[in-house]
Amino acid sequence: MPLRLLKYAWKKPEEEPRFFPDEKPLKKAYDVVIIGGGGHGMACAYYLAKEHGITNVAVLEQGYIGGGNTGRNTTIVRSNYLTAEGVKFYDQSVKLFEDLSDEFDLNIFYSTRGHFTLAHTDSAMRTMRWRAEVNKHYGIDSEVVDVETIKKDIPYMDVQCNGQHPVMGALYHAPGSVARHDAVAWGYARGAQMRGVEIHQKTQVTEIKTQDGKVKGVQTNRGFIEASKVISMVAGSTPRITKMVDMQTPIEVFPLQACVTEPVKPFMNTIVVSGSLHVYVSQSSRGELVMGASVDPAELHSTRSTLDFVEGLTDQMMDLFPFTSRLKIMRQWAGMSDITPDFAPIMGKTDLEGFYLDAGWGTWGFKATPVSGKTMAYTVANDRDHDLIKPFSLSRFEEFALVGEKGAASVGH
Amino acid sequence: MKFVTCPHIGKRALSEFTYGGELRVEPDIETVSDKQWTDYVFHRHSEPKTQQEWWYHRPTGMWFIFTRNTLTDLISQVKVASRGALHEA
Repeated sequence: MPLRLLKYAWKKPEEEPRFFPDEKPLKKAYDVVIIGGGGHGMACAYYLAKEHGITNVAVLEQGYIGGGNTGRNTTIVRSNYLTAEGVKFYDQSVKLFEDLSDEFDLNIFYSTRGHFTLAHTDSAMRTMRWRAEVNKHYGIDSEVVDVETIKKDIPYMDVQCNGQHPVMGALYHAPGSVARHDAVAWGYARGAQMRGVEIHQKTQVTEIKTQDGKVKGVQTNRGFIEASKVISMVAGSTPRITKMVDMQTPIEVFPLQACVTEPVKPFMNTIVVSGSLHVYVSQSSRGELVMGASVDPAELHSTRSTLDFVEGLTDQMMDLFPFTSRLKIMRQWAGMSDITPDFAPIMGKTDLEGFYLDAGWGTWGFKATPVSGKTMAYTVANDRDHDLIKPFSLSRFEEFALVGEKGAASVGH
Repeated sequence: MKFVTCPHIGKRALSEFTYGGELRVEPDIETVSDKQWTDYVFHRHSEPKTQQEWWYHRPTGMWFIFTRNTLTDLISQVKVASRGALHEA
């Protein structure tokens, strides 16, 4: 090793290769066009190229790679959902996440922390037991734990919650993790690009052209692109895309806000969530507390931040962790979430031939990045919905066959 | 904190209100088709626009109709929800 180091030291300095090669001009036609260059879009492009040999693919991004909700979430990965459909789907995602660093040869800082969902009421305890049983049935490591266990694992937490709403127990999910969110998008993007996929940033889709009930291509601010398969993988603006093809969805856009404190010494290894108090918190590898709450109260198409959010969140945080009253908030931000009535995504084929949807990712999108990319790639390559995403089709609303995923982040029980 | 000036109850914090969704005309349940009912119950046009919305004032139990822009979050008009409110949508 020291010899290699010495050799390296004497070598002429080489220029570090660019992470992403320079962009090429847009081609006239692609086999598949993916709208949205976030984690989901990049993952789909990656699996299309890697597993299905489809490399004539363009990913169109109106901003920059991972600059939307991929870079705005609180980076939590877990699979302790409530419905069978949700549990099976997110379990696949957790398993894919675990191997991503090796697969990309890029450290995504995947860190398995353990995840506590606190219960402050009898009804919340009942939901936790229900979730634990559903999880165990599908082989997922979740269990209900008592207050003594919580005290031991999260020593700085006031389980009495200032006497306001004492913690009665929690759902403990050992595989719960955090990961560097933008690295996930970068890893997928580089992997896709190495296999021939083109990524075009600052390229906005303004129109989707159809003919005889089939997709013909997309109009962008850089010209027309012919494509017989178009996938919408955007977040926060799905209704604007579906409007281009006259499609109705139940999606409503609500802002979801988050914030971080100044860094402090590591004191909490686990992820703590309270559905009743509408807070979730984890400590980042830099020592900051990353905190989020539920979506804003009303529909809004803006990423503005509010003081109301910080006031409401810190009020609850100080009940759980009294010492945080001394911490300063460093940054706050917001993302626009596509919320569906049953808190489950909308995925798969649509009535329009060649148009596929990966939408309705509300507050549960980041954790689904690998599995949604993989299943959407399968769906597009075979023109057939992957088994795992069949329950999430857009037609479920017309058929009144909703999923009812109350295990979603910050949904009260 | 954001405040709203309402008829009858004056200036109130927005946090006292609960959002009740966009004001929409309920189809006639005697003649409605499954498709129309699905549209009414689920389908939305969630894009930046000025729209009329239901807002419930929890302390007084009153319903109001706000006219609000969903891009700027500015509330331009507030009125008490009356029986006729639906027909004005």
